[in-house]
Parts: sequence; structure tokens; C-alpha cells
Amino acid sequence: MIGMTRDHSKILAVVAVLAAVALVVPHTNSFVILLTTRALAFSILVMSVDLLLGYTGLASMGQAAYLGVGAYLTAILATRYHIGLGADFWLVVALAMLGGAALAAFFGLLAMRASGVYFLMITLALGQCVWGLAYRWNSLTGGDNGINLSQRPRFFGIDFSHEVKFFYLVFALFAISLLVMDMLVRSPFGRSLVGIREREMRMKILGYNTWLHKYLAFVIAGAFGGLSGVLWVHTAGIVSTDDVVLTTSVDALLMVVLGGAGTLVGGVLGAGIVFFVREYLSTLVHWWQYVLGGIYILVILYLPGGLMSIPQRFRQWRMVRATNAAGDMPAAPTLSSPAPGTG
Amino acid sequence: MTTNLPKTLRRTALLLTAAGIALALRSAPALAQQELKIGIIAPVTGIFAQVGADMTNGFKMYLDQTKSAFAGTKVVPIIEDSQGKPDLAVTKARKLILEDHVQMIVGGVLATEGYALAPVSTELKTVYISSVTAADDLTQRQIGKYPYFIRESWSSSQPMHPFGQWACDQGYKKIVTIAADYAFGYESVGGFQKTFEGCGGKIVQKIWPPIGTKDFGPYIPTIKSDADAVFSLMVGPMALQFPKQLRDSGYTKPILGGSVSYDEAALPFMGDEVIGDVSAEQYSAALQTPANEAFVKAYRSKYGKVPSYFSESNYTTAMMIDDVMKETGGKWPGAEAFIAKMAALHVDSVRGPLSFDENRNVVQNIYIKKVEKTKMFGYDKPELWDVVVKTYPAVSQFWTYGKDAFLKQPVYSRDFPPCKFCE
Repeated sequence: MIGMTRDHSKILAVVAVLAAVALVVPHTNSFVILLTTRALAFSILVMSVDLLLGYTGLASMGQAAYLGVGAYLTAILATRYHIGLGADFWLVVALAMLGGAALAAFFGLLAMRASGVYFLMITLALGQCVWGLAYRWNSLTGGDNGINLSQRPRFFGIDFSHEVKFFYLVFALFAISLLVMDMLVRSPFGRSLVGIREREMRMKILGYNTWLHKYLAFVIAGAFGGLSGVLWVHTAGIVSTDDVVLTTSVDALLMVVLGGAGTLVGGVLGAGIVFFVREYLSTLVHWWQYVLGGIYILVILYLPGGLMSIPQRFRQWRMVRATNAAGDMPAAPTLSSPAPGTG
Repeated sequence: MTTNLPKTLRRTALLLTAAGIALALRSAPALAQQELKIGIIAPVTGIFAQVGADMTNGFKMYLDQTKSAFAGTKVVPIIEDSQGKPDLAVTKARKLILEDHVQMIVGGVLATEGYALAPVSTELKTVYISSVTAADDLTQRQIGKYPYFIRESWSSSQPMHPFGQWACDQGYKKIVTIAADYAFGYESVGGFQKTFEGCGGKIVQKIWPPIGTKDFGPYIPTIKSDADAVFSLMVGPMALQFPKQLRDSGYTKPILGGSVSYDEAALPFMGDEVIGDVSAEQYSAALQTPANEAFVKAYRSKYGKVPSYFSESNYTTAMMIDDVMKETGGKWPGAEAFIAKMAALHVDSVRGPLSFDENRNVVQNIYIKKVEKTKMFGYDKPELWDVVVKTYPAVSQFWTYGKDAFLKQPVYSRDFPPCKFCE
């Protein structure tokens, strides 16, 4: 298309949408700003799930554990030691990412022994261990009552309790995460992950240490989960066992599937839709659950590649129509479109 | 295929749409009007939806009876769905306060929601009235942090203090507790244990099934057979399942139920096996007073079921707000003055006389209730009712210990009070 590859136009589209979000959202009301902030903070976790599910072919059911590490670490440091409410916020960010990575490094040793549905079961069980710990270790985590943060960070003369300023902070960290993960999946490392997803045996025969690749992907995803937790806990100012419960992990997984696995931004779109329906639409109507259920069913039935596969489907449909109109022309172009999920 | 013109058009359309959305989502300007906006946070969907319906129905019934006018001021309730999640409760509370400009927040069900909402009320200097949330510490060791918080409902251990005393007075010597494994369970058992043992009884065993337990089979055989009674604190479907399974196993000794174990939210769904079980709470739909009889009849004819404490508590919250507004002649006095005026109220409510202690927790009657199958208030069918067998008047959250002495001990937990007589 006019001297641009499809890849370039995709990047441009994503940048344009993000720019629009950054420009438009601050002019809406404080509730929409808060919702968008929540969706963006959670999106970092969702993208980390996509890194595993979409690019490495690992369906992790315990990703909330890493969000929990970041969130509890932030809350405990802030309420007990007053760390992380000033410029040392960045120290907490670093610690949370390290914490998430460390936990993933430990859990990965156990989970990476399995694949497929067994991997899913093990990550689920490990995630529940973290939930159980949060529930039981009352003196540290506050049990099911959770921990309240009295304030958001304030540094460089900026008070982030202001919704718009906090939105920009989360937006910036989200954009950086997206960029880093995007670079990662485009790197030779990311390409080998896709290779492993498609056919692990072949990658092994080619001499790749597939275990190490998968393990590293798992650890990196854990680090981003930790980052997500730091921002997430500051959106509502509370962390409780609700954040590390199984449904949080399932939510993240569903958002990826909704938007389209293996696209990174698909999960963000999915998160945006789920947050909008669950938190905004629910202020307007009480049957929002049917809307959400309907969206899930329609996408799973008619768009197995997720919402991000809509443009591609549209192109396919147009090409088919064009070739049909041309009558005797060979119907070759449709074959060139990539398989769903390879983005 | 596509030329450049439609593309530009499409882009313009996209931009216009974005701008339109931005405009549509902008804050509505705050109107300087004579109306009282009340934000109600309740679980409209999710596993607590029935509780949420009881809450909002109770509140709305009072509004209907007063034609939504408190001392001439129009009352606008705005109900928001917390889905039983604390972070969402906070998000919705911020929306109510910052966008809808409500003067106060009412509601929250779970202890977590209370702990999550109270700081929001402090930060945004907005009144928060708990009409359900019972976490002890909100009005005990932590009340200093929440100047805009007041609790019309109860604290978890409040009905359990007299209940422990009552159990001791019945001559029970040894009791086994079995309670849902979370903070509300700990606080209920703690309150019961404190007074029961203070009077000479012994808690000989504590069993903690996880919240949501559906099969008590593994727990029932472990109940010590030399105990005189079982104290249970069950929530949700656990409340239905536990007495059924315990009686099916051949257990014949008395069951003492914590507050919500036999509340009217669960009672209509129970079988005859619960007849004779005793519980304690600040409300019973079977309370024999003219005010309650009128309330039960009106509520039942309107919503088709007997009111639970969730319904009564929110009805009474609305009534108290009305009382304060009457004092101020329908003018909103500001958050601080409102809290002060409400805390000074002495009212005769559906559940009896109410006032507040200096920590802004309600002081109220606690009723010891026995489940009986009987006809009540002229209804023609015999049904299960929580018949009141004893009333402890004007019970404070500190029972008879006094505030200072009581607050010296830590908040009740899984390990406090310690189980001295467990082996």
C-alpha cells in the first residue's frame, strides 16, 4: 500500500490510537480517566499473558500471582516503611519487577516441566498457592481484609493523586512496556519463541535450548506482572486477596483471547472492552453481564483470531469479492495472508 | 482499490467520533440545587446479588414511603454495582462523589469493601454510612482515621458478646465452634468466646471450614462429642448446608448460630431441621412490635419476601438520614456537621431504639432468636420465624467492658482469643 509495508501501517495505527487515547481521555470526566488508567495498568499484565500464550504457546492460569507480588510489595513498603510514595516509587517499580521475575523464576522451574493443559494446571495451582499465602499470612497481607494505601506517590513536584497526572504516569509505563515487549517479540529471541509455539521438536532439532527460551519468557512475563501490580494497587488504593484470586488470572487470559492472541495490542483492546463493560456500562444498566457474555460468545464463535483479526478478515472478504467480480482471474491473493495469531 | 479521498473522509469521521465521545463523557456540571444525592454501593450482580437486592429494596421502600422528600428536599438515590469487589467499590465511590456529586455514600457489604471505602470518604471528605459492613476495627482501633465514617448497622462481635453470656446462662459448659474461615468468622467467634469463657464456659475446639464449603462431611466427625453445643457461623449457602448435614449425621445437641447463620436472608430457604436452633442478631423479622409488624407486612407485600437484616438496616439508614435532614430543615449541613448530627441521634427504629457510641458505632438491642415454625402477623401459613426469646437492651460494641479496657486487646482473629481449652 503506497510504499508502506503492512507492518508499518500497523505500527502507525497503534501509535495513532494510543496518541488519541492520551489526548482524548484527559478531557473526559474523572471516572473515565480512572477507568482507562485501571485498564492500562491491568493491560501490562494482559500483555505479559499474551507473551506466554500468543508467542510461546503457554497458557498460564496463574498470572495474577505476579500482579499480587507487585501489589502487595508496593502496599507493604508504603504502609510500613513509607517507601515508594516519593521518588523512591521507581525503586519500588524495580523491586516489584525483580520480585515478579524472581517468583516466576522459581515457579518456572516447576511449571516448565509440563506443557499444554498440564502447564495450565500447574500454573493454576501455583497461583492458588500465592492466593492461599495472601489469605493466611494475616500479619503481612492483612488476610482477606487486605491493605489500604493512604495515598498515591508524589515526586518531582507532581502529586499523582490527581487523576490526570496518574493517568499519564500509567500511560507512560504502559507505552514503555508495550514498546519493550514489542521489541522482544520482534527480536531473534521472540522469533524463536514463535518457532517453539509452532513446533517445539523442530526447534530442538535445530539446536535451540527450548526449555531455556520458554523459561526466560516466563520470567520476563513475571517481571511485567510485578510492574502491573505496582500501578494496579495505586488505582484503587487497596490490595486484597481479590486481586490474586483465580478469576483475575482468568480475566487476563480471556482479555487476550478476546483481543487476539499473539498481537500484544489485542489484549489491550480486550482489557479496554472488558473494563468498559464491567465498570462503565454497569453504571448505566444492570444487564451488563449479558453484553459481556454476548461479546465473548460472538468472538469465540465467529472470530477465533480475536478482534484484532477483523481487518484481516475484511481484507480477505474484499479480495474474494474482487476475484469473484473479475470472474476468470486466478484466486491467488488470499493465500498470502498470514495465519491468525502470527501478527 | 481505495483512493485517497474516502480515506481522508474516514479519518475525519474517526476524529469526529472521538471528539464526540470525549464530549459525551465529560463531567456534567455540578448543579447548585436543593436536592440530596445519595450514592448506594451494593452488589447488584455476582454471588451477593440477593443481599444487594435486599439492601436497595430496604432503602427504596423508605424513599417510597416518604415520596423521596426529606424535609422538603428531593432525594436522589444513585445505585452503583460493586459486584462484591473492593477495588470496584472504590472506583464506583469515586465516580459517585466526583461525577455525580453525591453528598454521601451508603453501603458496602464485605469487610474488605468497608476497609476500602472508608479511606475514600476521608480523602474526598464525604460522608460514608455503613449499613451492612461489620468489620470490628472500622469503629474500634481505626475510627480515628475515618472522620466521615459512621456505622448504623453493627460490628461483627457486637451481637456475639451477649450471645456468649446467654449460652453460659443456659448452663452450657463446653462448646465447639465451627465458623467460616475469614475475618468475619474470627470476629464473631472471638466475641462469643470472650464472654462465654469470661463467665466460666470453655471453648474446647475451633474448626474453620473455608468460605464457600459445600460439604461438611470431613468436619462433622471431628466435632468433639463431649461438648454441650455447637456454635456455628456460616455465610451464604454454607448456612443452608451445615445444619442440614449436621442433623443428618445424627447430631442432636443444640446448635447456636452466629448472626447471619439464621438471618431471614437464609431462613426461608431452610428446612424443618433448623427448628429449635438459636441465634443472635440486632434484628428479627419476628420482632413483636407494631413498627416491625407494619414494616414486615409492607415489605413483604411489595417485594414478595420477608425482610432480612440487610433490608431493615438500609431502611433505617434512610430514616436516620431523613431525621438529620429534618433537624436542619432540609438543608445539607456539610459532611462534618452531618456526621455530628447523625451521631447524636436517638431514634426508635424498626429494630428498636438506636443511638451511637463515641466511636460512631450504633448502640442497639441484641435479640436472642429461636427458629420456630409458627404463624406470625396474621399470615395464614405456618412458616419458619426467628422468634425472639430474649432481648439484651442497648448493647454497645464494647459490651460491658468499657471502651478503653476493650480496645487494649487486639482485634479478634484466628488466634485471639487463644483457645486455652483446646487439646
